[in-house]
Amino acid sequence: MREPLPTRRDRPLPVTTLDTASERVLSFEDVRIGFGQGDVLTGLSFSVAAGETKVLVGESGTGKSLTLKLAAGLLQPDSGSVHVLGRDLSHLSEKELLDFRRQIGFVFQEGALFDSLSVAENVAYRLREDHLNDEEIEQRVRESLRFVEMEDTLDKLPSELSGGMRRRVSIARALISRPPVVLYDSPTAGLDPVTSQTIITLIMRLRDTQGVTSMLATHRLQDAFGLANYRFDGQTGRVVPAPHTGNGSSRDGPATNMVVLRGGKAYFEGSPWSIAESKDEYLHRFLL
Amino acid sequence: MATTDPKLLEGNPVSLTGALLEGVKQRIQHVQDYALLAARSVSNLFSPPYYFSDVLEQMDIIGVGSLPIVVLTGFFIGAVMVLQTAAQFVRFGQTALTADAVSLALVRELGPTISGLLVTGRNASSIASELGSMVVTEQVDAMRAMGTDPTRKLVTPRMVATVLMLPLLTAMADFSGLIGGFVVSSFTLRLGAVAFWTRAINTLVFSDLMQGLSKPIIFGFILSTVGCYHGLRVRGGTQGVGRATTSAVVASSVFILVTNFFLTKIMLYLAGHVF
Repeated sequence: MREPLPTRRDRPLPVTTLDTASERVLSFEDVRIGFGQGDVLTGLSFSVAAGETKVLVGESGTGKSLTLKLAAGLLQPDSGSVHVLGRDLSHLSEKELLDFRRQIGFVFQEGALFDSLSVAENVAYRLREDHLNDEEIEQRVRESLRFVEMEDTLDKLPSELSGGMRRRVSIARALISRPPVVLYDSPTAGLDPVTSQTIITLIMRLRDTQGVTSMLATHRLQDAFGLANYRFDGQTGRVVPAPHTGNGSSRDGPATNMVVLRGGKAYFEGSPWSIAESKDEYLHRFLL
Repeated sequence: MATTDPKLLEGNPVSLTGALLEGVKQRIQHVQDYALLAARSVSNLFSPPYYFSDVLEQMDIIGVGSLPIVVLTGFFIGAVMVLQTAAQFVRFGQTALTADAVSLALVRELGPTISGLLVTGRNASSIASELGSMVVTEQVDAMRAMGTDPTRKLVTPRMVATVLMLPLLTAMADFSGLIGGFVVSSFTLRLGAVAFWTRAINTLVFSDLMQGLSKPIIFGFILSTVGCYHGLRVRGGTQGVGRATTSAVVASSVFILVTNFFLTKIMLYLAGHVF
């Protein structure tokens, strides 16, 4: 039987998905993709290590969501390669991709919940596809919804939920199968600051209690700073400042790094602090 | 507003031939994409996973949901046919032939075609708008992201349900059409029940039933796959959903009517040589 999802007071779990923490879970190599009016990505290269949180930042139309969809194998690049969990996605058939995607959690921008299904049915969707028995499904759905503090919405329809609640249910749905990699597409877009912070805390909690490797597309630099500066303490159930060294990298917490997309390429790659210290005018636009 | 500035017109690099070729290329691309989707909807039947509950749900929506409109329309089509044909038969003193005419026309042609077009208007549109809405709200992508093939989960159940239900709906339309024809002929021509039903049934041969009940299978396949195709290729938000819904109904209706001509030709040939 699977381990239950951690509660607020659980200890952090180690990263168990790959052999070494330094191993690359996800990598883009010279990826190009376009849709009629020229290429959107024109040679994107970067990688994400096990347990790392990579924050994709960029102006609208720079290909952040596209990058996430490429990482999930929902789109295929025109050239270049995308490796995720040791597999080259461009060499997988559609059937193999469907199996591969079961190891990936994807949180869509507006939640993308199935509007004709209740919250419980949405969260249980993947488990139903795997033909698990009803008892186990109910137990795991409750665990997953408890993790995002939405257990009281089991029978509600997505239309009855607020934008923030839909995102939280979407996170619960993404983590129901305990994926080693979770991709978040603008999870805080259009939300008020308090709800945005709730979502970031959830992402932080998932990272720090389950060691999930994640990639997050956002317009908000404060999301990246929040994830880099704080960590979730499983023992106390609180968000606490992450100890860090002078150069900004976390000492004992998981790394949070950023990729700034510009002109279809990785314009900048590094920690949030190095953006703050940079003299580059383009990067400073994101700080204002 | 159309520009008359020669500089702007000169700067336009798109030639008429190029635009025409692009248009033709896009049409061929649509046909190819539709053919692939239709083929996949069938090939999915030969390998798991299967979505039986979705098929039953769609059978309820498409079959039971369309029953009232098909029965009502069938009744009045049968009734109006008697009104139109009776005048001709009365001139020859052969009013009993009205039953033959109504029966043959309904079972061979009007039942399948009218049912196909009615279900197209009701269900090809709803399929296109439902799937289109799922595309624009990223629900289809979410499905793929969770390891589910949308053609298996969304297209094949709708195709199977429509293919199974449309022949049954057609049979109901034929029957209610004959009842409509009988009611009107008994009031206007004073044709007795025995005379009407005996002629209506005896005039039909096996090939008529084959023709009348095999066409809806093809029509059901067309309207469901065309509806799914237009729904799944929606672009451009809610406007795109509206356009897809209209396109699905127009394309399915035209496709059904054109196919009906060729099917009739084939069926008539088979009736003369095989059945």
